[in-house]
Amino acid sequence: MVSAPDYFLEHLWLIPLFPLITATLMLFVGRLLPKSAVNFFCVGSVLLSFLHAAGAAIALFGMNPEHRVFQQILFEWVTPGPIPGFGGPIPFVADWGYLLDPLSCVMILVVTGVGFLIHVYSIGYMAHEGGYYRFFGYLNLFMFAMLTLVLANNLLLLFVGWEGVGLCSYLLIGFYFLKKSASDAGKKAFLVNRVGDAGFLLGVFFIASIFGTIRFTSQGLADPVAFAGINETLSAMLTQERLVYGAPVLTTIALLLFVGATGKSAQLPLYVWLPDAMEGPTPVSALIHAATMVTAGVYMVARTNAIYQLAPVAMDVVAVVGALTAIFAASIALVQNDIKKVLAYSTISQLGYMFLALGVGAFSAGVFHLMTHAFFKALLFLGAGSVIHALSGEQDLRKMGGLWNTVPNTSRPFLIATLAIAGIPPLAGFFSKDEILGQAFARSATVDRYLFLWIVGIITAGLTAFYMCRLLFLAFFGLSRVSPEVEHHIHESPRTMTVPLMILAALSIVGGWFALPTLWGEQSSFEKFLEPVTKGVIPETVAVKFAHHTLLVEWLLMGISVGIAGLGIWLAYKAYVQHPELHSKLAASWPRLHNVLLHKYYVDEIYDAIFVNRIKDLSVAFGVFDGKVIDGVGVNGAAWLTRVLSRMSMWWDKWIVDGLVNLAGTFTRSLSHPIRLLQTGVFTSYAVFILVGLVILLAYYGHHMQVLVRSLR
Amino acid sequence: MMSPAHYLFLSLALFLIGCVGVVTRRNVIVVLMSIELILNAVNINLVMFSRVFGDVAGQVFALFIIADAAAEAAVGLGIIIAFFRNRETVMTDEMDLLKW
Repeated sequence: MVSAPDYFLEHLWLIPLFPLITATLMLFVGRLLPKSAVNFFCVGSVLLSFLHAAGAAIALFGMNPEHRVFQQILFEWVTPGPIPGFGGPIPFVADWGYLLDPLSCVMILVVTGVGFLIHVYSIGYMAHEGGYYRFFGYLNLFMFAMLTLVLANNLLLLFVGWEGVGLCSYLLIGFYFLKKSASDAGKKAFLVNRVGDAGFLLGVFFIASIFGTIRFTSQGLADPVAFAGINETLSAMLTQERLVYGAPVLTTIALLLFVGATGKSAQLPLYVWLPDAMEGPTPVSALIHAATMVTAGVYMVARTNAIYQLAPVAMDVVAVVGALTAIFAASIALVQNDIKKVLAYSTISQLGYMFLALGVGAFSAGVFHLMTHAFFKALLFLGAGSVIHALSGEQDLRKMGGLWNTVPNTSRPFLIATLAIAGIPPLAGFFSKDEILGQAFARSATVDRYLFLWIVGIITAGLTAFYMCRLLFLAFFGLSRVSPEVEHHIHESPRTMTVPLMILAALSIVGGWFALPTLWGEQSSFEKFLEPVTKGVIPETVAVKFAHHTLLVEWLLMGISVGIAGLGIWLAYKAYVQHPELHSKLAASWPRLHNVLLHKYYVDEIYDAIFVNRIKDLSVAFGVFDGKVIDGVGVNGAAWLTRVLSRMSMWWDKWIVDGLVNLAGTFTRSLSHPIRLLQTGVFTSYAVFILVGLVILLAYYGHHMQVLVRSLR
Repeated sequence: MMSPAHYLFLSLALFLIGCVGVVTRRNVIVVLMSIELILNAVNINLVMFSRVFGDVAGQVFALFIIADAAAEAAVGLGIIIAFFRNRETVMTDEMDLLKW
């Protein structure tokens, strides 16, 4: 296991790298490339990733079932040195490493496989759209981030992928960014996810400070002691009794991580962004907002199941949130008229199922449903995209109908996906959903309160069958309600779009057959495959116990779930095909209920009232504060003060400093004024002065004159 | 026989007439002429004392003064004409640009 010479395992790091390279290529030179080159690079890189993932999976299967782990540390990535933790500094290191075990193996196959099909589909779907290279660049970047997320061997690297997919989600929801609703939806998704991410990050910090490591496991590494993982540390702490089953700190960590999961996986109360995310192009809805990214929360909880298993309160929270989300979203989906909105609420509901499974301790069942859901939900979205494509962009179910034979290559795979999600055997959805419900029921045998979860699950299954068949019947059956100008443009989608539909349809049929052994009372082979990951480190004494029912009870449970699905389908058939006027009558007889569902329980309005508008008020208040206090008192006040001071200074300068100078001048001037008056400018007056002076002089020196005159005599 | 005092009185009279003319007359040309009178009063004195003391220097001074008076008249008239061109007047009470 350590010295695996296998090419695909050794080159595990290539799997995320291929799409990264092409994403970078698109970013820098995509604009210059023709569409065929974009197709070649972007779809080709995902195909390469898929082939490598398949190769790695085959290599993993070749290993000893007990030690199916391959871990590869490429380099030490974050090495901050010892960080403060509870009880002294702890050596902390986050490496850039990849972990391939049964869980991540399932994930990379789903991500690259479904991702590849959706890439191919996008060639056809996006053919007439602008920003072709940008779309594929983002899509490739998403593939990189998602593969990093699922292959990461530690929580910090997982978080990189986690934020990366969030970024790509934002970019792709807002792909038509000139449309206000699209860019708003992108922002909403990003902001709602921030709430969850804050919880997730806190959880990671808690883990780092409690366990001193954020690596998931040390299995598959050369030196398991030096490279301790969370699982091993947790196990050691349990045996040393430094932690106990149900310790509050474990519950805190688990709940914080789950806050992150509710954001990314669109659970109550943070699901509000996903329906709006349908503003993005349909392949994006299929890939990111149905098949892969939104399941990241499920994957993360399954990945850290060792912690969850030791935190029973957190597990119950996960289960209850999941169950409530499932039925809540399913009830909204009953009355929505936008084809993609129905699918979006359906996705939320199915994700709720997965969390229900995780919460009751059936981790493998949750991941199993994740996988089958990826197949049929991707197919549903791609089929819906194909319908929208055929109808020149029409998304309103009320303006569809009668498309069964006009777009046969779309409608038939769509039927398969609908039956799969409704839970009709032997399609994939039946097995995974039945396993979840069966596990929930099995838990209820030991703890009664879990029966409530099972009942909610069963009701949701009925609702699911109803709303999905409603969608199917409204879109493909009955009379055409298509507007006349769209009518003669209807065309079947090109091959690149329909072939992925068919492959996904095949997967939706056979995808659940891993669970076939449950039919004769044996363990599902999928569960067996995941067991090394999902068993955690919990001591045998407190481990979750699933009651083993007799085969008869198992079959009975299956019968109930199939029966309720059949009931849902039958009701939908009654209300939408046999008596098309019936559903509007139903809506009219319970107008209030219908209105509440149609407006999605007014959750958006409530959030607007409680959070969004309050934050807006706050920002207005800050704006006023900024204007009045910062600008008013601060900036303008300083300017005002400067002006007052300078005016005072000017006054001082003018009247005191200059005043003294002027005073001296004025003093001199007033003193010299009489003398000045002598200067008449008229020279005769000067002549008079001269004469007067002469006379004075003569008078003074008169006696000398007398002497002179006398001497002359 | 004329005594030096006669000359002195004559010269004094001439001087006083000139002085009164300089002070009282408004026409610059008349003022200039009055100055000539003053100068001639001085000349008479100089010549008279030259004779009294038997020293010819006083008469030489008188000659210098006559030359000087001629030059002065020429320059003075030139100034007056230049001034007249500017101000179109030769009246002394209108020549008051040098006042405060």
